[in-house]
Amino acid sequence: MNDLSLHILDILQNSVSAGAYEIRLTVEEDPESDRLTVSIIDNGKGMSGEQLERVSDPFFTSRTTRRVGLGIPLFKQTCRESGGDLTITSQLGKGTSVTAVMGYSHIDRPPLGDISNILVLTMISNPEINFIFTYIYKKREFIFISSEVNDIIKDILSGNNQMIKLLTEYLNNNISELKT
Amino acid sequence: MNKIKSLDDLRRIKQDLAGGMNIREKSNSPESLVQIRVAMATCGIASGARNVMNTLIEKIEKDKIPAIVTQGGCMGYCYAEPTVEVKKPGEDPVVFSFVNEKVAIDILEKYVLKGELIDGILPVNYRTIEQK
Repeated sequence: MNDLSLHILDILQNSVSAGAYEIRLTVEEDPESDRLTVSIIDNGKGMSGEQLERVSDPFFTSRTTRRVGLGIPLFKQTCRESGGDLTITSQLGKGTSVTAVMGYSHIDRPPLGDISNILVLTMISNPEINFIFTYIYKKREFIFISSEVNDIIKDILSGNNQMIKLLTEYLNNNISELKT
Repeated sequence: MNKIKSLDDLRRIKQDLAGGMNIREKSNSPESLVQIRVAMATCGIASGARNVMNTLIEKIEKDKIPAIVTQGGCMGYCYAEPTVEVKKPGEDPVVFSFVNEKVAIDILEKYVLKGELIDGILPVNYRTIEQK
């Protein structure tokens, strides 16, 4: 995984597979406290206590197509190598929350990557899910709710791929503005 | 072009595009379009599936190909990622393996537009004797 956005994409896919109809992605850059925090909270089917205990084990997965589950262990390793950690809480039938914390200026922290791109790619593939995306930079925040752009997503699903680029640009512009 | 900063900006551009000739005629039902699914589990993502998906979207937009691209889960072909499933209307899906940006373009230009098969097809439709 070259950047954090790929890890985030992977965890978002877990939430999608868990049958969530609302997924909250929050990215917080806080140079003052030297912390980068990413949290993904879904209202999917959740995990039992036993599943939760084994979720960081690369040889455990709920999938039947293969016998390994590397997404969480890889992300956890990245967090630990960056001076942080990854924590997961889950309740069966209610949902799962994944929180990744990293040292903002840590030399081994991968770059964030194109968060807007992975979010838009996931949104257009799952129009039935409401994605609530919050980007926080030095306590200033930008919030995006995908159900507010259902008309645009519907347009993309009808074949208007041009809107994918524009939607990504809209998110990137707002993230950039937070940082100026 | 001014920067898109609000949803109103986004909708205004959408309307401008719809009013002009910049977008191709849209389909009323996605089933009448070629449906392309990029496997996007850990194995696919780590192998470059996101770049493949972005390449497909750009090429489809540039050449006005009647297709939509979505994400899929792991099909169990982790060794062959990134994999891409292409379903033409009224035909069985075909799964291509080891897809990179170049192969993605080939899939669109050769298979989708001309119906030519290219290397790297996975036998997803294969049925064992027990299944028959």
